[in-house]
Order: sequence, then structure tokens, then C-alpha cells
Amino acid sequence: MSAPLTAWIDGIGCLGPGLPDWPTTQAVLRGERPWVAEPTVLPAPAMLPAAERRRASRVVKLTLAAGMEAVAAAGADASTLATVFAASGADGYNCHALCEQLATDDRQISPTRFTNSVHNAAAGYWGIATRSMAPCQVLCAYDASFGAGLLDALAQVAADRQTTLLIAYDSEYPTPMHAKRDTPDCGAVALLLAPERSERSLARIGVAPTRDAADRLADPGLEGLRGTIPALRALPLLARLARGEAGRACLDYLPPMQLAVDVAPC
Amino acid sequence: MTPLLLSAYTATTCLGQSVDALRTALRDGRSGLAPCAFETVRLDTWIGEVPAVDAVRLPETLADYDCRNNRLTLLGLEADGFADRVRAAIARHGRDRVGVFLGTSTAGILQTELAYRRRDPQTGELPADFIYRTTHNSFSLAEFTRAYFGLEGIAMAISTACSSSAKVFAAAARQLALGSIDAAVVGGVDTLCLTTLYGFASLELTSPQPCRPYDAARDGISVGEGAAFALLERADRAAAGDVLLLGAGESSDAYHMSSPHPEGLGARLAMEAALRSAGLAPGDIDYINLHGTSTPANDAAEGRAVGALFGDRVPCSSTKGATGHTLGAAGAVEAVICALALTDGLLPGSPGTATLDPDIRLDYLLQARAGTPRRALSNSFGFGGSNCALVFGAAA
Repeated sequence: MSAPLTAWIDGIGCLGPGLPDWPTTQAVLRGERPWVAEPTVLPAPAMLPAAERRRASRVVKLTLAAGMEAVAAAGADASTLATVFAASGADGYNCHALCEQLATDDRQISPTRFTNSVHNAAAGYWGIATRSMAPCQVLCAYDASFGAGLLDALAQVAADRQTTLLIAYDSEYPTPMHAKRDTPDCGAVALLLAPERSERSLARIGVAPTRDAADRLADPGLEGLRGTIPALRALPLLARLARGEAGRACLDYLPPMQLAVDVAPC
Repeated sequence: MTPLLLSAYTATTCLGQSVDALRTALRDGRSGLAPCAFETVRLDTWIGEVPAVDAVRLPETLADYDCRNNRLTLLGLEADGFADRVRAAIARHGRDRVGVFLGTSTAGILQTELAYRRRDPQTGELPADFIYRTTHNSFSLAEFTRAYFGLEGIAMAISTACSSSAKVFAAAARQLALGSIDAAVVGGVDTLCLTTLYGFASLELTSPQPCRPYDAARDGISVGEGAAFALLERADRAAAGDVLLLGAGESSDAYHMSSPHPEGLGARLAMEAALRSAGLAPGDIDYINLHGTSTPANDAAEGRAVGALFGDRVPCSSTKGATGHTLGAAGAVEAVICALALTDGLLPGSPGTATLDPDIRLDYLLQARAGTPRRALSNSFGFGGSNCALVFGAAA
């Protein structure tokens, strides 16, 4: 890269096993409280109209919760924001139900199951909930999905000068798919990325390619999350942000290309 | 945006495995659609199936990627000498300077559908030979392509249903503009599978006949499959007549998961953004390749949006009556069709369409005709309200 891709982080959202929100995650990453293994708690999506709320899947609840946490922290208006959704897979339960039925003689699948099967289903519900008509990206790079999402979100900030909300998220597959893809639970990281510094800005980041190994976390529980939930490959970056500590976080992307994220707190 | 050069491009659809096959079919107004006889599917509909996909063999070192979608990926990459052009670009720029941006809606989900028929009767386990990562996962085609060329840089799959492989042009253009890469393999691959065939049927969106975009009696889509690619580089290499990407625009409907905004508001925002990105006015566009899926609601909404922005002055057509709706590959297939319009002076018609919908007032082309278009716009819209418009032009 000729120059690092840069942006200001104006808001953070985080949700995962034992990590119910960003303030708690921040305290855990600062070492102020221990990480305790607990299933991810997904709040009810109050923003969705009643019809959509009834159909809301785990990934819809996950993305709305993490995304809106970052939006609220920044005092931003979600209806104006461009978004980048980065996910290693779609809705695992819905996928299992579809494949199970298509393997029987009765292949008349439900239309709702089909529309919810698209990789951009959570992004579609986000649009309905927030009324944002801004560009919405939905991408996948398997375990490298966070890095891919960060690269595209930063490019939108830099090339289009557009404040962009990155929501990286993953969910688990049920049995028997779980044996083939063992993501243990839901996890999401949301970063509101802006082209200019504001009074809400928490830090400036600059991202460049590197061949260095990714940073690991000292706590074995957190390191386990980093390794098994692709969105939480962002944890070394979140750790620096939590501590308000300048320096470099190295994140996994696509070998041999890794991402060096230089963090300068405001 | 700064214009980018399409230094190579190719398309494999039910019309054949080359740009030349596509050109000939479009010129002759031929459709590649046929009654559905795919796999064990029993549906009263027509499809656009690529011949001989299952005869493709992946290189032994990449055998884990073997599935219909990656076979079609390989078939498409090797068409028209495209893979050699990619290798030449890698030699020019370096393995870490050529990115991969590919769109898909379902990638290799067919592999999972088939695996579910072979579950262990006692334990319910999926067969040992089923590999999720390299077949089913949405990234599998991009990971396969990156590995096939030995690339070491940026790669991503974009999966926004039927706008996926239009949006890859926008994503790659951003990274090229910022200097993260010097070239990009962009494109889309989607293959027939039970999920989409039975899924669109469940929504009553599949036609029992070959699809008839913008026809007064249109009654649904014909699902197709395809693999189309372009090599994007900076335009300082462009010669007169070369095809350039001039602009890209993206928007969201924020309206409904599977129905378009009735006035086509999101579609209009995407087209306006694409024109803005290209620094052009509606009057500068000489041909529009419509999304034109052939469902009553989609064509009505798109027709309103196009009419509101361009009036009835710009020749336009949907080519899905020829190729079928190749879903996540449609944006890239239709980008190649726009390139053909510009290089060949070919304004494609709309096989299957007989009587235009009188409520949609556009200069809609039923038959192909010769023209001298300098700039073409392509629309791609997907479930979840995802919209993308691209503007292409001929280099002066």
C-alpha cells in the first residue's frame, strides 16, 4: 500500500460470549474484571417493526445490538450511515433448516426461510430498522472477514469521505453443520469510522499490510474467542482502544497478508 | 472516480464459454434458456444452465475446492485467455498487488444440499468428504481464485444477493484509487442449486415460461448461472476504444427484504450516485442494461426509476431473456454485455419479450440493433434492498 488507510473511530460496539457490551469488554480488556465464559446474550431488536421483529434471527439481533451500540456511543444518526457488514457465514440455523428440508421429498420451502438465507439478510433488516438508504456492503472472507470488512470500510471513509459503520459478526451453526464449522457462539464488533476528527473521536487508526504474526491475548479465554469467532480477530485492536494506548495492533487477515493497525488515541 | 481500464474481460453463461458466444447470441437475439432438468429438481420453470460444468476438473492441489461453483469459476477464468491476462498482470505488479473481489449469492451451497442427502442414518453426521470452507462458504470462490493464481494480497467475496458482482467493481475501484493494489480480478460466479430454484418458486417468482422482461404479461424470472470476470487496472494503459469503468453508485432501499421500493427510489439513488461518480449527466448515457428480472414488481419499480431519471430517450434492455437471471453473477455478466455494446456498437434486444408493458415508458429494445454508444449504464438490484449501478465508457 502506498499510504496506510486511515480513519477516526467515533464509536465502538462489542458483543460476544461473556462480553455483553463495550463498557464490560473494555473493563475486561483493561484487566479490571475477569472474563467469565457465558453464552452470548442477544437483546430483543426493539427498533424493528413488529412483523420483522417476530422473524428476527440471532444474526439480526446480534448486528442491531452491536451496531446500535457504536452508533449511540458516537451520538450518530443511523439513518445517514453507510454500512459494511462482514460475516464469515450467514444464518446457520436457517441454512440447516433449508438444507434439511431440501434433502426430503417435500421441497416446498418457506418463502421467509429463503429470503432469510441470503448472506445480506442481517444487512437488509438493518436497512429496514434504520431507514438508511446509504450504501450497504456485505462481504465474506471466511476467518479473514474482519480484516476484509475493515479494508473496505476504511476505503469508503477515505475514497468517498463517508462516515461508515463497520459491523463484523458471526454466528454458530447447529448440528450437524457445527461439526464442519465450529464457531462456538455469536460475536460482533462494530466500529463507527469517520473521515474527520470530531469531539466524539476516540482514536485515529491507520491500517497497512504486514507479514508479522497477529498479536495474541494473554488471557486464554479471550485468546480462545479471538481464534474461534472471526469478528473477534479484532480483539488485539480493541485491547489497545480499551486501554487508550498508542501503538500497533497486528491482526489476522489472509496469510501471508496481515494487517498492522496503528492506534493513536485522542 | 478516476476511470479504470477493463484490460481483459470474459463471460461464461448458458450462451457459451466466451465473449464471442455471448456476442453472437446477443446479435442474433438467441436465448440460452431451456426447460428445467437440473439435478433432481421438479419445477415447471425454465433455466439458463451452463453446459459441461461438471466435466471440469480442478487442479489436484486445489481438490478441496471441488464443487459445481468452483468448477464454473475455473471454466470462466480459463475462457477467452482471461487467466493468462491475470498472470501477466501479476508479473507486472506482483503477487501482493493484485486483489480479488468476487460476488456470489449462494457460492457452493449445492455441495451442502447434496451432503444432507448422505447424512449418517444413525448419527445424522454429514459425510467425511464434505468440506464447508472450500465449497459452501461465500468466500470459497474468491479463496479458490486467489490460490489458483498464487496471489498474496487483498481478497474478499461480496454477497448482497443479485447486486453482488456489480458491487465488486465499486469495492475494487476504491482500493485502486487509494493505491492499496495495482490491479484487481473482479467478477461473479453463481451456480444452479436447489435453494435458489425452490426458493424463488416459493415466492412465486419463477415463470413457467422463458422469462419476458418488461413484457405486459411478464410473470417471473428464469434462474440462470454464470461466471464473468474483468481485470481492472489504472487507465494510463488504455488505448482508444478500450473499455473503461467511469463510475459506480450504491444505495439501499431500506424498504423490504424481497420486494423493491415501489417507486424504485433506491434504484434511482444508485443510478444518480453512479452518474455523479462518473461526472456525467443522464443525457450522456447512450445505453442502459436494465436489471429487468421479469417479475411484475421489479420491472415496474425499475422502469419508474429509469423513466424519472432518463425519460424515454435512452435505448435500454434487459438481457435476462438471453442469459437467465444469473443472480450473484448478473452484475459481472451484464458489465461484459455493456463492454460489448461499447466495443461492437451492439445494442442488445430482449429475447422472449413480445408486448411491452404500456405502463412503462422507456425506449425499450425488443430486437438488437446497431448503434454507436459511447457510454453505457448497468443496473443490478438485490434482495435486502441492495442496489448498484455502474457506468462504462469507451476510451477516446
